[in-house]
Amino acid sequence: MSDHSPKDQMSIVIVGHVDHGKSTVIGRLMADTGSLPDGKLEQVRAMCKSNARPFEYAFLMDALKNEQAQGITIDTARCFFNTKKRHYIIIDAPGHIEFLKNMITGASRAEAAFLVIDANEGIKENSKRHGYMVSMLGIKQVSILVNKMDLVDYSQERFDSIVQDYTAFLGRLGVEPTSFIPISAFEGENITEASIEMPWYTGHHVLAQVDDFNKSAEPTERPFRMPVQDIYKFTAEGDDRRIVAGSIDTGTVHIGDGVRFLPSGKTSKIKSIECFNADPMTQAHAGQSNGFTLDTEIYIQRGELMVRDDEPPPQVSTRFKANLFWMGHAPMLMNTSYKLKLGAARAPVKLVDIVHVLDASELSTATHKKQIDRHDVAECILEVPKPIAFDLVSEIESTGRLVIVDNFEIAGAGIILESVSDDASTLKDYISEREAAWHKSEISAAERGASYRHGSKFILIIGSETNYKTELGTALEKKLFYRNFKSYYLGMAHMMNAMRSEQQLNREDIIRRLGELARILTDSGQIFISSIAGIDEYDIKILRQLNEPNDILVVNVSDFAYESDEIGLRLTADTPVNEAVDAICDVLKKQQVMEYYL
Amino acid sequence: MSHTDHLDKLEATSIHILREAYREFGSLVMLWSIGKDSTVLLWLARKAFFGHVPIPLVHIDTHYKIPEMIEYRDKLALKWKLNMVYGQNTEALKNKQTYPDGAINRIDCCKALKSEALKHTLSGEWTRFRMDHDKQEYVVDTNAEPYTGVIVGVRADEEGSRSKERYFSPRDKQNDWDVDDQPPELWGQYKTDFAPGTHLRIHPLLDWTELNIWEYIQREDIPITGLYFDRGEGKRYRSLGCQPCTTPVDSTATTTQDIIDELKSGKFANVAERSGRAQDKEDGGGLETLRRDGYM
Repeated sequence: MSDHSPKDQMSIVIVGHVDHGKSTVIGRLMADTGSLPDGKLEQVRAMCKSNARPFEYAFLMDALKNEQAQGITIDTARCFFNTKKRHYIIIDAPGHIEFLKNMITGASRAEAAFLVIDANEGIKENSKRHGYMVSMLGIKQVSILVNKMDLVDYSQERFDSIVQDYTAFLGRLGVEPTSFIPISAFEGENITEASIEMPWYTGHHVLAQVDDFNKSAEPTERPFRMPVQDIYKFTAEGDDRRIVAGSIDTGTVHIGDGVRFLPSGKTSKIKSIECFNADPMTQAHAGQSNGFTLDTEIYIQRGELMVRDDEPPPQVSTRFKANLFWMGHAPMLMNTSYKLKLGAARAPVKLVDIVHVLDASELSTATHKKQIDRHDVAECILEVPKPIAFDLVSEIESTGRLVIVDNFEIAGAGIILESVSDDASTLKDYISEREAAWHKSEISAAERGASYRHGSKFILIIGSETNYKTELGTALEKKLFYRNFKSYYLGMAHMMNAMRSEQQLNREDIIRRLGELARILTDSGQIFISSIAGIDEYDIKILRQLNEPNDILVVNVSDFAYESDEIGLRLTADTPVNEAVDAICDVLKKQQVMEYYL
Repeated sequence: MSHTDHLDKLEATSIHILREAYREFGSLVMLWSIGKDSTVLLWLARKAFFGHVPIPLVHIDTHYKIPEMIEYRDKLALKWKLNMVYGQNTEALKNKQTYPDGAINRIDCCKALKSEALKHTLSGEWTRFRMDHDKQEYVVDTNAEPYTGVIVGVRADEEGSRSKERYFSPRDKQNDWDVDDQPPELWGQYKTDFAPGTHLRIHPLLDWTELNIWEYIQREDIPITGLYFDRGEGKRYRSLGCQPCTTPVDSTATTTQDIIDELKSGKFANVAERSGRAQDKEDGGGLETLRRDGYM
């Protein structure tokens, strides 16, 4: 048997206002191209008969029982059909406003869209809203099907007036429609062959338009971007590879290329491209899920963006302006913490300013809104506590997109319009407010130092060996204490457990609280010792800022060198604990924390 | 210019989903039904994790599976060093409360031997059996922690209700699936945050068709059970289940290529895959009744 079947595949979404006939279009397309499994059509016809309902093609799509009961599409059904040219996945997106998040889910997977408008009812609210969503989701090819032409006697005049109005609407969004096709899905006009009823129309019928959509190429020509999804070190059976894994969004990378990880800024070179059951590769490109080993052992975290050193860099900032679409039941409020997911990065995020809110159906704008309500589209300023790497959606789409999680649910989806200078960061504002509001002790740091015979210090031990850190921290605490220093060791595991029982805390919250504790304990003149794992340079910077004006001493006992002047002392985890304690005391002496002593 | 063909794309998406699941869930398992789909899924895990399978595999052994399936399962488990776990509704089997025993109908039997067994194996309430690679046999698993993320090899083209699934699909404490209120998924971002007490099903193969599965098995040379091929009797299984409720189809396909030809333009081009599965027919319009109760 010879194989003429097509290799290419394309996803097409059908959107439009409720009851304008999306499911009927698909049902008809499936039936008329012979794409239904044997017996399916008969099964649905029989079911309609036994329920005393007239047969509708839409029932083919509405496969779920409760859907048929309500007569509307609740979720995104996918169906498959082939032409000689391609495999197609047709995504039937619900038109009812309540199910907009389902429509988004369906449409975001598509490369082209059909937007169905009822010729009789004309352009409705969701005709416009869906047009807006399709453009925001980044779908470039939109063909408008003016359906139910049979109900308007196949009137060219009616068709032309809808074409004119809707073209004007799309123009305001900067979208140029691929085509307008007058159809009757119910009667099968202009679906798989030219309509006899509408000789005045000479363009494509629906099936011809399907094959005429262009396949979007993998963006291999763009700068290389790979969000680091994870870092694997599976040790089973002597495997010693440390693999940076992720899916490549754009561009190409080769063995030997210099790469940079952002926001940390660390650099290395690609040593190998790892794969299982495939020929060895010397280059990797957009569309692949890959793994790399690097020339050097550098400490990078999942969530960073891997880019090539010789290509235009992405933005790195704590603030950016985005167009945000909100699907959450509860509105998005200002200065409340939500969770941001951008590429592989996860971060707390706050809404700090609303530039304006757009009514997606009318495209009119409301300013001075103080929250983003369900189904609003808002141009707004978002802020994350530490810098994050991204692109502007106008430059690289995939790394310019984000979602926001509220109460465990994806509640918002956005595209980044521009980076905003982060001079006025919330942390700085917060610290100056805190310092101003603090009723400070009337005993000065100098008086305390004279009485205790030492200065205060925040000593932070960083590294992944939990037992070693604890041993070192407690040994240091004891040595200082028995020499009459005010020292105190706090194990982070204890603190995190205590806080977790109250509420779900993220890493940033924990860092923040540790910094607050350090500020108070060092203010009381103590030497405060703590230890923590999985910390990066930016976390250390935040801790230093929170602890100011008092000093921090960071002791690195991890396997990784931090490229940072924030590190006060580097030890290895195999240094005997007593030697490590002495080394720390030496630094304290040099820094004159212990000038009265030893 | 694009060098990526359709199977490459499906593979890349599935790997992305598997890695996302592995990243986000501390207590994750993959269901392995021994059939072709979940075996492809297992293969994809080896791809995603570079030859390793860092996720336990769970098989629900209804006791009525075709014996060759179990042999094949244990052979691969040992060969690929899999963290293999199985669970069973021992009560129902002991008390002969099954369809083959004549006690209940097919649907109730599926509920008891599959859905119930799965629910309680995942929650850790019923005994789990784990492959001990030193002894090369199953021992009672001492770990009874509930699994909160379950990777399943369902495909959207199998039947109506599966076409409504998400890649990451939440289930509440009762394992219930709220079809009408599912989370949005876009731009490769999925629902990976969930309230205590709920759990997620993860479906990396959702966009694959039956044909894609076979094309991939051929491309990757994945070892699948011989039950899918005709071995001289003019019959083969197209979909694997329990022996009493699964009938082989008439087919002389002896190789993966034969099966691909059959699906593309031969006798099965327009016949539903699960046509040999009796419980579907008793469930009216599809598997929905069973699926709402936790059937995969």
